[in-house]
This record gives sequence, structure tokens and C-alpha cells, in this order.
Amino acid sequence: MTMLRNLLLLCLGLILAGCDRPHWNGVNMSGVSWGREFRLQDTSGRERTLAEFRGRPVMLFFGFVQCAEVCPTSLLRAAEVKKQLGADGKGLQIILITVDPERDTPDLLRDYAAVFDPELVALRGDEAATRKTADEFRVYYQKVPTGDSYTVDHTALTYVFDADGNLRLGEPHNLTAEQVTQDLRQLLKPKADT
Amino acid sequence: MNRLLIAGLMLLATTAAQAQNTAPVTVKDAWVRATVPAQKATGAFMQLTSTEGTRLVGASSSAAGTVEIHEMAMVDNVMKMRAVPGIDLPAGKTVELKSGGYHVMLLALKGQVREGDSVPLTLVFEGKDKKRQSIEVKAAARPLNASAKGGEMKGPH
Repeated sequence: MTMLRNLLLLCLGLILAGCDRPHWNGVNMSGVSWGREFRLQDTSGRERTLAEFRGRPVMLFFGFVQCAEVCPTSLLRAAEVKKQLGADGKGLQIILITVDPERDTPDLLRDYAAVFDPELVALRGDEAATRKTADEFRVYYQKVPTGDSYTVDHTALTYVFDADGNLRLGEPHNLTAEQVTQDLRQLLKPKADT
Repeated sequence: MNRLLIAGLMLLATTAAQAQNTAPVTVKDAWVRATVPAQKATGAFMQLTSTEGTRLVGASSSAAGTVEIHEMAMVDNVMKMRAVPGIDLPAGKTVELKSGGYHVMLLALKGQVREGDSVPLTLVFEGKDKKRQSIEVKAAARPLNASAKGGEMKGPH
């Protein structure tokens, strides 16, 4: 009888321990040595860095305007996450970095970004700065000709940074807004029990 | 009342159009994603059902310089978009052009696609006998920030 009780207690303990350990829907990237900084221009031509967003969590996506669905749906999801977080999401900064600076002019980027979130910061750099940034964030992108135009293959993870500017998660495109919100809630939870 | 009448007439017109060209395909929930002014490309999504085996082999639109059939694939979190020669429509099976799969890509847009616009699309099908038939479709423009998952409408429509 005592053995059974002990066994039950052990199980309960394990379950509780399981609850405590963070379970992420996205890919855990905590502790990676890359994805630390960018230096690019916003749509008004001002230079921006990741460091200046310290104190606020950041969701970062690399994409381009002439992208039929992955880019709008990723930005839509980010905007939904921000809404779902409500007051907790105050300060959550969504950032888009274009992998198509040739076609994504500042004006086009500004109009496009505003559709998803009026506070969205859209960034661009020249060819070299874009490549350098993509490398720093381990983002693959490649121009691919189609007809008399081109499309851009690119990494479609949404990166999540905590308020200290550390890269913490990569949210794949197939996760729902609810799943990403869950991750963000967990990430933003005050560290009470550590 | 008027609306009902118009809807009825439209239904008649659609039926007539489909009777004219004998393409065995029904197109449901065709929509395009609205654009911002300087944007030159957008995607169109829809559900296609054919009563007999056929293949979507091409598309055109007066709203775009080029229209291609694209397939989107996610490989190791890298999004790849490629033009494909066609999409097979097996008899009686609904094929959805939606997020994470196929879409019709409108390139070299002639102007901004505004929410609520009706974008004309001509879809070309090729039957097993190699005969080509086309269907005219009006794709409704949904907001740029509309979800592309499945055929259901999202938001206050």
C-alpha cells in the first residue's frame, strides 16, 4: 500500500517536473552564438540595429513583398500573436528584413508593412549588407528566375528574441498564431521560480 | 429582392458560360490577395473540381502581364516557389490552391489590386484528349493580410 502511494507520488512529481520544464512549439535556439545584430535602414532611411530594441521582445522575419503567401501569412501571424498577447504583448516589436532590396523600395516596404501592423519596422540594406545580415542570422536566400521575372527562395522561420536581445526561438511557418502566442507567453513569463 | 434577382441572373450567366465551353471544371472560392500600390505580384487561390480527369495547364488575366501556376514547398524551413507546367485534376476530386501548396501567380500587375476588386482570370484546362478548354473566373480580392489557409472566408465578409 505504501509502495503504491510512493509510486503515485513519484508519478505526480515527474508530471510536475514535466510541467516546469519549458516546452516550446517552435525550435529552441537559446544559447546560439549567431543572430546577434544587424545594421540596416528603415523605410525613412534611418539606420537601425537590433540593440536598440533591448527591453522589448522582438519577432523577426526575412521576406519580400512579391511573395505570394509565406510572407503575408507570417506577418499576419506575427500581428495576430501581438493581438493575442494583449497587454502582455505591449512592446513586442515585429521586424521585417527584405531579401529583395532590388524591388522592395523604401516606399513599397513602408506601405506593405503598415498593412500588417502600424508599428512594424521594415528594414533593407544594399546587396552586401543584406547578405551579411542573412549570414549572421543563418538565413538562406537565393534569387530564382521565373518567366521574365524572379522569385526568392528564403528561410521562412520567424525568430523570437527575448527582451534582453537574445535569440530564443525559431517559429516555423506551419505553426498557428495560437502556438506561437503560447511560446511568447512562456518566454515573457516573469522568472519567479528560478 | 434586387440582390436575389441579380444573384439569380449571375447564376444563370455562370451556368450559361459553363455550358458554352464544355470544360468539366467547377471553380469555387476564387480569390486574390490585395496589394499595395507599387507591388507587382500577387497570388490567386481557389478550389477546382473536375467531373473528369483533366489538367490546369495555364492561366491569364487582363490585370497582369504574366500569369504562372506555382507550387510552394517548404524544405528545411526554406520557402521555395516554382512555376509548374500544370496541376492534375483527378475526376471528382477537389484540388485546393491554397497556402502551402499551389497558387496562380499574377506577375507584372498592371495596377494595384484593391480589396473588393474583382480580378478576371482565364484558366486553361487540357483534357486527356489534349483538347484545351478555358473557363473565365472572377477572383475577389481579399485584404493583403487575409489568411490563405483553406477555402473558408475569414473576417467580416
